[in-house]
Amino acid sequence: MRNTWTIFQKEITSYFNSPIAYGLMAFFALISGYFFYVYVAIFVQRGMESQMMGRPQPMDVNEWVVRPVLMNISVIGLFLIPMITMRLFAEEKRSGTIELLVTSPIHDLEIILGKWFAALVLYAAILGLSALNLAMLFMYGKPDWRPLVVGYLGLLLQGGCLLAIGTFISTTSKNQIIAGTGTFAIALLLWVLDWVSSYGTEAWAKVVGYLSVVAHFEPFSKGVIDSKDVVFFVSMIFLGLFLTARSLESLRWRS
Amino acid sequence: MIKVEGLTKRYARTTAVDNISFEVQKGQIVGFLGPNGAGKTTTMRCLTCFMPPSSGSASVAGFDVLEHPMEVKKRIGYLPETPPLYPDMEVSEYLTFVGRLKGLSGNELTRRVGEVSERCAVADVSKKLIGKLSKGYRQRVGLAQAIIHNPDVLILDEPTSGLDPKQINETRDLIRGLAGDHTIILSTHILPEVEQICERVIIIAKGKVVATDTVHNLTNRLRGVEAVAVEVEPRSGALDAGAVQSRLEQVSGVSRVILKDSRDGRHLFEAESLQGKTIRGDLARSVVESGWNLYELRPVALSLEEVFLSLTSTDTAEPSGAVAE
Ligand SMILES: Nc1ncnc2c1ncn2[C@@H]1O[C@H](COP(=O)(O)OP(=O)(O)OP(=O)(O)O)[C@@H](O)[C@H]1O
Ligand SMILES: [Mg+2]
Repeated sequence: MRNTWTIFQKEITSYFNSPIAYGLMAFFALISGYFFYVYVAIFVQRGMESQMMGRPQPMDVNEWVVRPVLMNISVIGLFLIPMITMRLFAEEKRSGTIELLVTSPIHDLEIILGKWFAALVLYAAILGLSALNLAMLFMYGKPDWRPLVVGYLGLLLQGGCLLAIGTFISTTSKNQIIAGTGTFAIALLLWVLDWVSSYGTEAWAKVVGYLSVVAHFEPFSKGVIDSKDVVFFVSMIFLGLFLTARSLESLRWRS
Repeated sequence: MIKVEGLTKRYARTTAVDNISFEVQKGQIVGFLGPNGAGKTTTMRCLTCFMPPSSGSASVAGFDVLEHPMEVKKRIGYLPETPPLYPDMEVSEYLTFVGRLKGLSGNELTRRVGEVSERCAVADVSKKLIGKLSKGYRQRVGLAQAIIHNPDVLILDEPTSGLDPKQINETRDLIRGLAGDHTIILSTHILPEVEQICERVIIIAKGKVVATDTVHNLTNRLRGVEAVAVEVEPRSGALDAGAVQSRLEQVSGVSRVILKDSRDGRHLFEAESLQGKTIRGDLARSVVESGWNLYELRPVALSLEEVFLSLTSTDTAEPSGAVAE
């Protein structure tokens, strides 16, 4: 536990000592801010239109703004996550510091958890920026706060799952760029699986569809916590971290 | 303190370490001497639990590297071939991080960071980023991290490589100063380094132990062997190098002769003596008596490879891997 904390601290310091964290935050703030603006504008326009037509309908901010913004953030996450995880192990392997970590009296799992938590915290901090946007909604209206909280829980779960996969892929290369590209490819694959499955109704399409990260996130964006989605994300996190552990071990047998 | 038995490490294609055995007593400084690719780093990586041996066993302070890796790791300080440094950390921040990894905390951690910084002469750069340090300072920070938890055993992989002569001397002094408290294994391919720092030497080549001996005995054995460069011009001109070589080989006390170069009708040989023989006089006489011109005759230093050859060839009775003490 103490060792996990030591590794965690080291990783967080290193994220915030380099331009990575700030670059990602700026990139994310910009894009998520833009989407927020677009959906709010649409919402306002629709509101005015319906008013002018003389039959004002009750419009739901959650439905019109919160949900699409959360869905977009979930997609932006696919781009962010490779950039967060690519260096985690690849850089240690390249510079040889992996020898220090592995020959210190700590367990592999402590190294892995420390790194993964650090990545998760950075990801959460970046997400936090978009929460500021959404918080503005409360100043002008009365959105339901529960779907928001559920949505962010979903984003964290989805992030944790992709971060675990990214951490694993980072152990397979000495080259950050390769690790990042590989992670992005897999994240993208897990995303488009959703489209693939919508073309077919056979069993295989169901199976493929089940692996789609976005399909599991969508209910969260509507404020619905379905235990089968939670189970999916949590087991993907375990799988990712487990693969990382095996990869770290086999690295030693081979290298 | 360290015991290695039948250690073998195979990679996908090569066998890097082939059935080696040795022991190191508590408090000794042992030099691990061998040319590039001999398997020094591989052996050290097995000892430090970085990777498991393919077969055989290794233990440190009575703990097996496979069965009790945590106990082994606690007792070892390791300086890998490339010092494991984070360029974006300050020196003191880095040493504190390594100290924590090794299980130190609180006041003791602060105290040790101060102590090793003093000892390895990096206290004056403790607030500098490691990425901005010179090679010599980095090497010393590497040493400092290896001793931060005051380990029983120190494993140093080429601690002086890439340093300038002054830094090399400082580092050697530093290592000598660490002796006594620590059992030290250091690897090198520089012969004089072993003579200067170590009490015992384990010579390895191509993954096998060629000899283990005290440094004192080794230097005596090597002193007994003389290597001489001889340049000869056979006046008759037609005579080829082979004939000259076989003539030189017949000189008493010569163990072997190698043709190094041949041009303008002159041949350059290198001759080595048997243990304890001087051959320069006899070589000169035999060249002159054959009616050839002697162009040059000078003693040369044995290269590391030749040391192995002469060690193995003069001790044909001694099987490789045997301990001669
Ligand atoms: N990761 C690896 N994968 C495959 N082969 C390796 C690996 N590391 C080392 N080898 C091979 O194992 C042999 C021994 O290498 P090792 O690094 O132990 O030698 P060394 O004595 O440390 O040499 P040097 O003086 O160059 O550091 C070499 O033939 C090398 O090519
Ligand atoms: Mg080496």
